[in-house]
Amino acid sequence: MTTQNSQNWTTVIRPKTGWFDIDTGELWRYRDLVVMFVKRNFTVLYKQTILGPLWILLNPLLTTLIFNIVFGGIASMPTDGVPSFLFYMAGNTVWTFFAGCVNGTANTFVTNAGLFGKVYFPRLTMPVSQVLTSLINFLIQLAMFACFWVYFAIAQPGSVHITLWAVTLPLLVLQVMLLGLGVGIIVSSLTTKYRDLAIAVTFGVQLWMYATPVVYSMGSLSESPRLAKLVALNPMTAPVELFRAALLGHGTFTAGMLAFSVIATVVLLLLGVVLFSRVEKTFMDTV
Amino acid sequence: MQNQTNTPREVAIQITGLKKQYKLGQIGGGTLTADLQSWWSRVRGKEDPNVKIGTDTRLFGKTFMALNGVDLTVYKGEALGIIGRNGAGKSTMLKVLSRITAPTEGEIRLNGRVASMLEVGTGFNQEMTGRENIYMNGAILGMTKAEVDAKLDQIIEFSECGDFIDTPVKRYSSGMFVKLAFAVAAHLDSEIMVMDEVLAVGDMKFQQKCLGKMSDVAGQEGRTVLYVSHNMSTIRQLCTRCVVLDQGRVIFEGDVEQAIAVYMDTTDVNVVHYDLDDVGRMNVGAGQRFRLQSLDFVDKESSVYADTEKVRVRIQWFVTEPFAGIHMKMNLHFRDSSPVGITHPVNLGAAEPGRTYTTTFEFDPSLLGEGQYFFYLDIFDGDMRTAVCLDKPVTEFRFEVTSADLTMPEWAAGWGRIHFPPVKLIKDSI
Repeated sequence: MTTQNSQNWTTVIRPKTGWFDIDTGELWRYRDLVVMFVKRNFTVLYKQTILGPLWILLNPLLTTLIFNIVFGGIASMPTDGVPSFLFYMAGNTVWTFFAGCVNGTANTFVTNAGLFGKVYFPRLTMPVSQVLTSLINFLIQLAMFACFWVYFAIAQPGSVHITLWAVTLPLLVLQVMLLGLGVGIIVSSLTTKYRDLAIAVTFGVQLWMYATPVVYSMGSLSESPRLAKLVALNPMTAPVELFRAALLGHGTFTAGMLAFSVIATVVLLLLGVVLFSRVEKTFMDTV
Repeated sequence: MQNQTNTPREVAIQITGLKKQYKLGQIGGGTLTADLQSWWSRVRGKEDPNVKIGTDTRLFGKTFMALNGVDLTVYKGEALGIIGRNGAGKSTMLKVLSRITAPTEGEIRLNGRVASMLEVGTGFNQEMTGRENIYMNGAILGMTKAEVDAKLDQIIEFSECGDFIDTPVKRYSSGMFVKLAFAVAAHLDSEIMVMDEVLAVGDMKFQQKCLGKMSDVAGQEGRTVLYVSHNMSTIRQLCTRCVVLDQGRVIFEGDVEQAIAVYMDTTDVNVVHYDLDDVGRMNVGAGQRFRLQSLDFVDKESSVYADTEKVRVRIQWFVTEPFAGIHMKMNLHFRDSSPVGITHPVNLGAAEPGRTYTTTFEFDPSLLGEGQYFFYLDIFDGDMRTAVCLDKPVTEFRFEVTSADLTMPEWAAGWGRIHFPPVKLIKDSI
């Protein structure tokens, strides 16, 4: 009956203590689960639909068309001399990716309460798999964007051109993903107590789009510097403009805006992880 | 146990000073506005608009210890049973052990991976096939894809679902669903298995197969099994040691039979024999011409019934004058004394003085939601309208109903007490 204090324990369960209590090694051990969740997200979403995965393309295509008609046609907003269709599609592709990350993770705790209440696995696998699902959607949509890009490059030579900024695209994708994850898990942590946020988030993300140069360009704000300053405070502004600068050749952003966006991403992500790790251990008692 | 003197046994789980505290009353208003409203009225000293009128708020903010200082050491290769009446802290302990919720105080040290089976089929997705769900469920329970690959054939064989393995599980019968789910969990590689009465499902044959598998897991493979159940016969069959929890503490630890005896003393539903000769009667005159002597729950160690079982009761009685017919009904109440209903009277038949009668009857609890109930026996003369009470002991005959239906969620307080059968669908004629 000797108590073996020298023994190597695999796990020690204690009351919640630290502020930054996320075991990344454990998350890595559960990588197969993340893959399963991503697969499930696709299977479940497109089971018993007629068009199936075609919806991934149809959604942004229709949105782009509507933007093109409403903002390009009716409101005739300037698009920096870029073909308006490509201009809107570029903005929309990045924005859909970000919105997908936020919306997908924002309900993590509430929708999975039943599962979380019965079995333990690192809770972060859930939002991470949501974000990866959004990433795959984004890559498919990016491929569609590439097709249209090639079409316009041939049909209207010189209207679009790739710049050296394209090198930064992988980092940009990573940043948008982490920003979406950060915002999403902040919301999901808070919704365990306040359900209002779940309703607010879909609406909020929609509003946020209009604070981001998706249907307009930073360049078109040059006459109203106060508005431009405000939009520049949005951490999503720089990524969208950078994306356009890289692939279309026109985008307005400063080094300061880029730095701010990256810092905001890091801060929001850290805040999200801290909140998430606080909530995940006891949310079953409050949800 | 036998090698304890020679070599110190390896510890699988060490629990020290474990406490888990819950707040009584509703936690928060649920929405931000409600919380702000409550706070604003508290500030002004007004009544909280979000508290139901008549709610006793004295208990609000008070705390309740679901676990109140548990110390326990579990050795490798042991099959440890955990028993205790409802609310003793069993489920909370399993939840803390399987890391679903964090403890308030204390520490648990684990040597090995924990697989918890607090429910079979956790994370099963209706749209996915049996095979896909095996991978999914395995991953949720902590297996890697390679580990599932290696065991896939064994799992499918154990589940007896081989022919349907590529069919979406929404087409499965509930029995097949449970078998498949148990098969995955039983083939986990984890060193510690935590189970909450999951064996109370499936047909008898499959139950025995599961118990056998679990015994092998503990006995031969040297893994550790923690098993919570109200079913004493499965505890006897599976467990090598047993602890009894009561009010958040371990009150007994050791031999299985002794533990069961201790448990029987703690529970409300432990009494299966009632002596009624000396107990009081509901009204004057009752128990004179007719007297109930005793009541037994037949063939039970505790009066806990799955809702698929029948409550079988035997009564002994005598009369002091001849009767042509004696009627009996049960008055059913929930444990908080709220009435649930009565049974239609039944005629016990004619009786003569000078001898003791024994009557056995059966009650079907399938319409009762999960929970603890009690009934009074009401014996009367004549039909219900002109009834004269012959006997009605004040004794509350307690029993408990548990749900055997895994597709039902936990019984909620607002549902009343009756669990009706599903509505019948009528085909509309066009």
